[in-house]
Amino acid sequence: MANKTDKKTIPKTYLAKTRTGITGFDEITDGGIPKGRPTLVCGEAGAGKTLFAIESIIRGATEFREPGVIITFEEKAEELQTNVASLGFDLIKLQKENLIKIDHVQIERSEIEETGEYDLDGLFIRLGYAIDSIGAKRIMLDTIENLFSGLQNQSILRAELRRLFGWLKEKGVTAIITGEKGDGNLTRQGLEEYVSDCVILLEHRIMNQISTRLIRIVKYRGSQHGTNEYPFLIDEDGISVLPVTSLLLDKKVSSQRVSSGIPALDKMLGGKGFFAGSSILVSGTAGTGKTSIAANFAKATCERKEKCIYFAFEESPDQIVRNMNSIDLNLGKYIKAGLLHIQASRPSLYGLEMHLVAIHKKIKQFKPRTVIIDPITNLVTVGSMAEVKSILVRLIDFLQSEGITVLFTALNLVANTKEQSDEGVSSLVDAWIMVRDIENNGERNRGLYIMKSRGMKHSNQVREFIITDHGIDLVPVYLGPDGVLTGSAREAQQLDEVTGVELKTHELGRKDREIARKRLVLEAKIASLKEEFESVQESLNKSYLEDDLKKEIMNRNRKQLTQERNNHNTANDKNK
Amino acid sequence: MPKKTEYVLRLYVTGASPNSIKAINNIKSICEIYLAGKYALEIVDIYQEAEVAKKEQIIALPLLIKKFPLPEKRLIGDMSETEKVLKGLGLQS
Repeated sequence: MANKTDKKTIPKTYLAKTRTGITGFDEITDGGIPKGRPTLVCGEAGAGKTLFAIESIIRGATEFREPGVIITFEEKAEELQTNVASLGFDLIKLQKENLIKIDHVQIERSEIEETGEYDLDGLFIRLGYAIDSIGAKRIMLDTIENLFSGLQNQSILRAELRRLFGWLKEKGVTAIITGEKGDGNLTRQGLEEYVSDCVILLEHRIMNQISTRLIRIVKYRGSQHGTNEYPFLIDEDGISVLPVTSLLLDKKVSSQRVSSGIPALDKMLGGKGFFAGSSILVSGTAGTGKTSIAANFAKATCERKEKCIYFAFEESPDQIVRNMNSIDLNLGKYIKAGLLHIQASRPSLYGLEMHLVAIHKKIKQFKPRTVIIDPITNLVTVGSMAEVKSILVRLIDFLQSEGITVLFTALNLVANTKEQSDEGVSSLVDAWIMVRDIENNGERNRGLYIMKSRGMKHSNQVREFIITDHGIDLVPVYLGPDGVLTGSAREAQQLDEVTGVELKTHELGRKDREIARKRLVLEAKIASLKEEFESVQESLNKSYLEDDLKKEIMNRNRKQLTQERNNHNTANDKNK
Repeated sequence: MPKKTEYVLRLYVTGASPNSIKAINNIKSICEIYLAGKYALEIVDIYQEAEVAKKEQIIALPLLIKKFPLPEKRLIGDMSETEKVLKGLGLQS
């Protein structure tokens, strides 16, 4: 049994502890309550003392197989069974299995006459019998102070109580004793005097009409323990204590990247998106689309088949699903697939601390890879800025230690808070995206900036953030001579540019055609000159030919004449 | 003639502790003086019958329960304060 309760790092000489099984409590006490010794749980009426004790006994029996005895001085066994049944504990079954034994000690003053010296051996015998019959390792006494109202002889009672606790220690059972808070004392009868090993104080504080349950370890002899007040929650699963996780900066980090769900935004973040396990803040004024960015991130997570939990402090789950449908984002199917869980609650439901406990608990249960809190600003309604910041520090710390990526949205109430986010959490987060209204020419447009993104190259450009029926897109803004243009001004500018191009091409065409025409004219001229030249040449050739022909004909004629003359001469000669 | 038992008393003690012995002696003498012949006294050692402690809602010991006549009455202590014992048994107002 000792191996079970001791942590492996704890040396043997270290005070042995018994785990209570109460969520978070064993962490703040570094292992639970002292083993084999009595622990006093005190607080005002309704602070949760009985529940604390009962849960320790029942969880001891069910989770650690340590049988336990419940000695109740107030409620009857049947009442107790009904009370814890609502927390899902079946006391009747546990009693049958001999894991739990209940003894209701009833004292009625009117029936008792004191006639001299007595002792509480009857009680001892009953306790001893109950413990031995099931081999109990744990016992609770709720509330032993009732003895004081039933019996008159205080000196006997005190001596007997001292003997009782000594006896319990000797028996080696881990005892949990409850006691109601008295004036100036932790308990009415000063039980803390007898139970000196471990004293736990439960409180129920109301601030601004919002109640917060707090647990504090007043004393823990022989052990180090947290001295803070830790908030705790009582719900359908019993008590959950929120440990303030170590504020050492020794978390493991991941260099894995996760998509933001908006391709254009990923591109601005070095092309790959956020670091897994980092914290992201999306801040902006009202209606700038913070929830849409958050929903896209949720979608991207679910698309990777990872779980995402969405804490909504403004809208109901149905509202979010409906609204996101309008930008073609079907969150409903992820909810059905069990990948997405939307947890909606009003910030004023309970105090800040309780919100943190509730968030913790949900995260532990659902084991998401991504957590979205939308928006953190609303928490300010139940706490001061400083408180919210401290809560967020603890939350971020917890999430990062679990390697969960978290995205917060924050509403900037004033449009010109360019430099600081409201909660001052900007220094805590790893990436900060800001969505801002850009008002120009009578219309509002959204500009998206990456204010910071640790450990990665990111765009320094302002992008215009457009929400359409098909989702979110980012477009580069137009940097004109008059500055940054967005919305219709950007569109007009783009149109202007298109027109300009059109005109230019037209102009070019005209010039080209003129040149072509000029060429045609030139070519025509060249052709006619050529024709002219050819005709001159021809006429010249013609005269040459005529001359030749004339010469030839003359030559022939001359020859003929010469021949004819010769012939005539011969004839003359004959006649002679 | 047969004696009528008007008083049914049961004394719970724890073995032979000083208080137990004192209580046994005291109640016996009180009974002999005030209820001679009309009482039945049963002495139970709780150590032997631990179950009874739960059943009878026993806390402080020694405990004397007056089972009869009704109403049932419980007296705790070593029965040394005779006045109170008599008052508890309804023998003295």
